[in-house]
Amino acid sequence: MGFEDTVLLSRILTMMTLSFHILYATIGVGIPLMILIAQWVGIKKNDDHYILLARRWARGFVITVAVGVVTGTAIGLQLSLLWPNFMQLAGNVIALPLFMEVFAFFFEAIFLGIYLYTWDRFEDQRKHLLLLIPVALGAAASSVFITIVNAFMNAPQGFDILNGELVNVSPLLAMFNPAMPTKVAHVMATAFMASAFVLASIAALRLVQGSNHIYHKKALLLTMKLGFVFSIATALIGDFSGKYLAEYQPEKLAAAEWHFETEGEARLILFGVLDGEEPKYAIEIPYALSILAHGVPGAEVTGLNEFPEDERPPLWIHYLFDTMVTIGMWLAFFSFVFLFGTWGNWAIITKKWFRWLTVAGGPLALIAIEAGWWFTEVGRQPWILRGYLRTSEAATTSGQVDLMIILFAGLYFILGVGTIVVLSRMYKRNPVEKELADRQKGGKGGDPE
Amino acid sequence: MTLEIIGISVLWLFLFLYVIVASIDFGAGFFNAYSAFTNKQHILTGIIQRYLSPVWEVTNVFFVFFFVGIIGFFPLTAFYYGTTLLIPASIALVLLAVRGSYYAFATYGAKINHRGYIYMYGLSGLLLPASLSPVLAMSEGGFIKMEGSQPYLDYWALFTSPLMWSIVVLSLTAVLYISAVFLTWYANKAGDAKATDLMRKYALVWAGPAIVTATGIIYELRDHNPEHFSRILDLWWAFAISFLLFAGTVYLIWKRKNYGLAFILLVGQFFTAFFAYGVSHYPYLLYPYLTIYDSFTNEAMAIALIIAFIAGLGLLLPSLYLLFRLFLFDKDYVKGKSDYHA
Ligand code: HDD
Ligand code: HEM
Ligand code: HEM
Repeated sequence: MGFEDTVLLSRILTMMTLSFHILYATIGVGIPLMILIAQWVGIKKNDDHYILLARRWARGFVITVAVGVVTGTAIGLQLSLLWPNFMQLAGNVIALPLFMEVFAFFFEAIFLGIYLYTWDRFEDQRKHLLLLIPVALGAAASSVFITIVNAFMNAPQGFDILNGELVNVSPLLAMFNPAMPTKVAHVMATAFMASAFVLASIAALRLVQGSNHIYHKKALLLTMKLGFVFSIATALIGDFSGKYLAEYQPEKLAAAEWHFETEGEARLILFGVLDGEEPKYAIEIPYALSILAHGVPGAEVTGLNEFPEDERPPLWIHYLFDTMVTIGMWLAFFSFVFLFGTWGNWAIITKKWFRWLTVAGGPLALIAIEAGWWFTEVGRQPWILRGYLRTSEAATTSGQVDLMIILFAGLYFILGVGTIVVLSRMYKRNPVEKELADRQKGGKGGDPE
Repeated sequence: MTLEIIGISVLWLFLFLYVIVASIDFGAGFFNAYSAFTNKQHILTGIIQRYLSPVWEVTNVFFVFFFVGIIGFFPLTAFYYGTTLLIPASIALVLLAVRGSYYAFATYGAKINHRGYIYMYGLSGLLLPASLSPVLAMSEGGFIKMEGSQPYLDYWALFTSPLMWSIVVLSLTAVLYISAVFLTWYANKAGDAKATDLMRKYALVWAGPAIVTATGIIYELRDHNPEHFSRILDLWWAFAISFLLFAGTVYLIWKRKNYGLAFILLVGQFFTAFFAYGVSHYPYLLYPYLTIYDSFTNEAMAIALIIAFIAGLGLLLPSLYLLFRLFLFDKDYVKGKSDYHA
C-alpha cells in the first residue's frame, strides 16, 4: 500500500473517531452545568420537580460520559498511532495542555463518581450540589485544554525552527496563541447551547407524545431559556471567530465564502453552487463579509488569489460554514419566539407542529457542532500544523489502517446504538409520573429496581 | 537527579498505579464471569458493582495519563511506538470499550444483565493485559525493526518469542492474583463471609503461578537481552525483598489474618519488583534505538510539565482521598447498607 493511501485512511479514521467523540464530549461539557442549574433552582424554589429533573438528567448523563471516556481514550491514543510525526513535533511544543487535560479528567471522573453515588446521602442538599461544581469545572477545563491544542494547530507559535531543529520553545506562548481565545469561547458556548437544546428536545418529545405534566413544561421552559442565552453568546463569539480568521487564517475564510479576489465592500454568499468562480442560486448579502471579517462595510477582505494553489483549502467547506451559521441563527430566533410566546400565552406554542420544531432543536444543534468542527478541520487543509507541517507528511506508515477503520466503525456503531437503546429503555421503565408518585409516598425514589 | 529521570519516574509510578488498579478491575470482571458460569453469581456481583462502578473512570485516566505523559516527556516515542503499535493498541481500545460500555449499559443503565455480556466483560479482563503487556516485550528489542528510516513490528518474531509469551502469562496470573487478594480484603470488610472464602481460595490458587511466571521472565531475558539480564542480577536484593513480601501476603491469607496488611504487602511486592525492573531497563525506552536521553523533550517543556504535575497532584491527592473515604473506607457503603445511586 502506498504512502498516499495511509494518509487518506488515517484521515478517515481520525475523522470518524473525532466526529463520534465530539457528540459525547459536547454533551459531557454542557450537561453538568444544566444539572447544576436545575438542582440549584430546585433547592432555591424548594421545588421537587427541578430536583428530580437534575437527578434524571444525571442518570442519563452517566451513560453518555462513559461512552465519551471510551471514545476519548480512543482518539487520544489514535493521535499517536495515526499521526506519529505530528505528535513527535507537537509533543515538543504543545504537550503541556494535553498533560493538564489529564488532570482535568481525573478531577471530573473522581467527583462524578462521588456525585452519582451520594444522592440523598447528605441531609443538606446543598452539600450534594457542591460536589457537582468540580465535575462541571473539570469538564469545562478538559474542553479548554484540548481546544487549545487544536488552536495551536491552526495558529502555531511559541517555537522556532533552526536547521530543522526546534529551538526557543515556550510552552506558554504556544498555549496562548491567537486562535485560542475565540476558539475556546466558541467551543464552550456551543457546548452549553447544544446541551440545552438537546434537553429541550427531550422535554418537548414527551409533550408531543401526549404527556401534559407540568414537570415537562418546567423542564422545557428552563432549557429553552438557557438555549436562548447561549445561542446569543454563540453568535457573538462566532462573529469574533470570523474576525480571527480574517486576520490569521484568511485562506480559510476566503474558501468558506468563495471569496476569490481581494476586495473591499465584500458580499456574503449563502448556499448556492459554484460555476467556475461564479456562485449561482446563492443568497447574497452586500457588505456582510466585510462586516464579519473586520466590522466595517468597506473593509478589504483577502481573497484566495493571494495563496498558491496547493495551499488553498477545499471550497466545499462553504456548505459547512453555512450549515453552522444557519442553524445558529435559526435556534436563536426560534428560542426567542418560544420565550416570547410563552410569556404572552400565544396559542402556537402548544401546537403540535411547534412542539415538533422544538424537538428538532437538539439534533440541529448537534449537526451544527459537527459542521463547525469539520469546517475548522477541513478548512485547515492541506496543513496539519498550519504553515509548518502538511497532513500528508504527518501520517503513519503502517499498512493496516484500513482494517482498523472497519474495526472502529463497528465499535462506534455498537456504542451509538447501545446508547440510544439503553437511554430510552431506562426512561421508559421508570417514567417521571411514576417516580413522582413514588416520591410523594415518602420513598426517596432512586434506583428503579 | 536529572529532568529525564524525574520524568520517567513520574511516568513509571503512574504506570504502576495503573497496573494495580486496573488489575483489580480486570480480575474482578473475570471472577464475576466465572462465578456466573458456575451459577454462583450472587456472591460477587454486589461487591463488584459497589466498588468498581464508581471508580472505573478514574482507573481509565491512569492509563490516559501514561500515554499522554510519555508523549509529553519523550516525544520521540511517538515515532517508534506510535507507528508500530497500531494493531495491538487498537485491539486494546476495543477491549477497553467493552468494559466501559458494560459499566454504562449494564450497571448504571438499563441493567442489561445478559449472560453473553457478562462473559464478554469478563473475557475482556483477560484479553486486555494480554494485548497490553507485549509492549514490555517489544521494549526489550528485537521485535521493532527498521526498514530504511521507518520502524515496523516483526509480528512473526514477536509471536514466536518465548519472552513475549511468558510476559503475557505473567500479566494474566498477576491480574488474577492482585485482584483476588484485594477482593478478599474488600469482601471481608463488607462482612460477606461467603465471598471472602471464595476470593481467598482464588488468591491462594493464583499465588503460585504468579511467582513462577515472574521468575520465568528473568530466565527468558537471559537469552533475549543479556545486557538487561545482567543488570537485573545486579539488583538481586530488590527482587529478594519482593519475594519476602510475597511470602508475607500468602502467609496472612493462608492464616486468614489481617487481609488489609496482606494487600499492602502485595502492593509492596509489586512496587519493588516493578521499580527494580524499571531501573534495570534504564536508560532504554526501546532497546537499542531509544533511550530516555535522546528522546527527551526540550528543557522548557520538561520544566513546565513538572510544574503542572506538581500542581495537578495537589488537586488530585485530596480528591482521591475523598473518593476512597466515601467508597472504600465507609463501612455502610461497603456493606451495601445504603444505596445512594442517582
Ligand atoms: C488535537 C487536536 C484536534 C481537535 C481538538 C480536533 N481535531 Fe480534527 N483533526 C486533528 C486534530 C484535532 C488531526 C489528527 O490532527 C487531523 C488529521 C489530519 C489533520 O489535518 O488534522 C484532523 C482531521 C480532521 C478531519 C479531516 C479533515 C480532512 O481530512 O480534510 C475531520 C473531518 C476532523 N478532524 C474532525 C474533527 C472533529 C469532529 C473534531 C471535534 C472534536 C475535531 N476534528 C477536533
Ligand atoms: C483530538 C482531540 C481530543 C482528544 C485527544 C481527546 C481525548 C479525550 C480522552 C483521552 C478522554 C477520556 C478521558 C477519561 O479517561 O476520562 C476524553 C473525554 C472527554 N473529552 Fe475528549 N478529546 C478530544 C477532543 C475533545 C473536545 C474537542 C472536547 C470538547 C469540546 C472534549 C471533551 C471531552 C470531555 C468533556 C470528556 C469527558 C467525557 C465526558 O464527559 O463525556 N474532547 N477526551
Ligand atoms: C451563529 C453564528 C455563528 C458564527 C458566525 C460562527 C462562526 C464560526 C467560525 C468563524 C468558526 C471557525 C473558527 C476557526 O476555524 O478558527 C467556527 C467554528 C465552530 N463553530 Fe461556529 N459559528 C456560529 C454558530 C455556531 C453554532 C450554532 C454552533 C454549534 C452549536 C457552532 C459550532 C462551532 C464549532 C464546534 C466550531 C469549531 C471550533 C472552533 O474552531 O471554534 N457554531 N464558528
